[in-house]
Amino acid sequence: MKCKVDIVYSPDMSTKRKQPLFEARVPAGFPSPAADYEEDKLDLNRHLIKNPAATFFVRVAGDSMEGAGIHHGDLLVVDRSLETRDKNVVIAVINGELTVKRIRIKKNKITLEPENANYSAHQITEDAEFEVWGVVTNVIHQL
Amino acid sequence: MSKEIFALVDCNNFYVSCERVFEPKLENRPTVVLSNNDGCVVARSNEAKALGVGMGVPAFEIADLLKKHNVEVFSSNYTLYADMSGRVMQTLSTFTPDIEIYSIDEAFLNLAGFSCSLADYGRKIQQTVKKWTGLPVTVGIASTKTLAKIANHIAKCSPQAKGVLDLAGSAYLDKALEQIPVEKVWGIGIRSAIKLKRAGFATARDLRDADISWIRSKFGVNGVRTVYELRGICCYQLEDNPPAKKSICVSRMFGRAVETADELKEAIASYASRAGEKLRQKHLAAAAMTVFVTTSRFIENRYYNQHTIEFAVATNDTRELIGGALTCIDSLFRKGHQFKKCGIILADLVSEDRVQKSLFDSIDRSKSRRLMQAVDAVNTRLNCPLHWAAEGLNHPWQVKFKRRSNRCTTRWDELLEVA
Repeated sequence: MKCKVDIVYSPDMSTKRKQPLFEARVPAGFPSPAADYEEDKLDLNRHLIKNPAATFFVRVAGDSMEGAGIHHGDLLVVDRSLETRDKNVVIAVINGELTVKRIRIKKNKITLEPENANYSAHQITEDAEFEVWGVVTNVIHQL
Repeated sequence: MSKEIFALVDCNNFYVSCERVFEPKLENRPTVVLSNNDGCVVARSNEAKALGVGMGVPAFEIADLLKKHNVEVFSSNYTLYADMSGRVMQTLSTFTPDIEIYSIDEAFLNLAGFSCSLADYGRKIQQTVKKWTGLPVTVGIASTKTLAKIANHIAKCSPQAKGVLDLAGSAYLDKALEQIPVEKVWGIGIRSAIKLKRAGFATARDLRDADISWIRSKFGVNGVRTVYELRGICCYQLEDNPPAKKSICVSRMFGRAVETADELKEAIASYASRAGEKLRQKHLAAAAMTVFVTTSRFIENRYYNQHTIEFAVATNDTRELIGGALTCIDSLFRKGHQFKKCGIILADLVSEDRVQKSLFDSIDRSKSRRLMQAVDAVNTRLNCPLHWAAEGLNHPWQVKFKRRSNRCTTRWDELLEVA
């Protein structure tokens, strides 16, 4: 299956860009010594998105996760298909609200921890409506 | 003959469910999605159904009900729904390569030869789609497509099924067919249903046990196929190769009545421009174009008309398409009418690399192609795309999506925000 296209945008077939693997011309019979080593281009989409069907981009609002290198306005790559593990940074739903926090799972206790001293951790009580929406796999931060 | 097994996977209240993925607080709240121009109800959450909100009801008729029960109301966000649909289909295709996308929210899967428990596999499909995309689906499994539809229907209504029902070789098949009124059987239209009921066939089971020669004489070969399918004899295979597009259509309702030729031309020019983009995305060119205009169907002074032109050389150049569309409007426009909708259909499509050239062609085709590629390239990169002058600027005729949610899977500036 072709998988070069990032999930959030439909593949753009409007232009044709031919990218031959061998660029070097061979005018007189001496091949470029580099031609054999030429590889396909690096594709950030493929690098960042393992499962396109389950991957969503989310924009960060606020500073509660600055300690984890997640700043206001950053772009998060979120994979819903991953199983949640202790210490994952996740997008969680608590009582209908979405939030990004680090999840701690200890025995039967689930806590959502911010990474900013101005915020406090939130332990999930039994009566709370709680769900992990997706696991954050990457932060894209513009410098 | 190896036994066929089909699963029909269907998203529950698809449009509403899409909205809920990105706004979890809508869960358990009555929610409806309205059609273009916020006209009619096109999707309802179970809570809204329970309040008695009917499918297809005009929004103004139930405005009080919606307000009284604090129902969440959305304009349709087709961009989002199409993207989510693609994700569901992509997820389903990890379970079997044999998949037929039947509609935006339904797919048939061929599970023949799977040795595991089909009900368990159906459950796994349901759980995976839910986890990956956030969307709830119902899975009906049976030995024919018609029976899979029925299995799906029962799975949706029955609390015990929890959204998955395997009727293949099930001892409950007779019972299941008894529950299904004959008009709910896949392929039975309203007229056939009336005829059948008059002849005493009330349920799917009655129809299954009907006399084949009688069915053939009354309903032809398609009726016979339906009966065979109900008997578990597969007559319809997956259609996995959707036929190549034979035409491209762009048409929209206006946000308000359009009465001047100028506005009608602006609208048709922007549809032509959109149709051109669609053509070029698929590397096609069109040799014929039909433009139609219509007033509302519900007024006295009704007017519908269409005009077709042919291009000497098949084209996907927006300038030519707009030119053709404007000529059509000139011959279609009648003063004194309140137009409600217009549209453009491009037909006689050929691959853009196989266009029959003309000796007397006055257009430099390769130059035209480069220009269109440049325009498309610019437009994919800019938030504020290039427009053709004929499209006008303000589009006062355009449909308003007053309560549309963000297109959070296709627009950088509309992404989901999380604190």
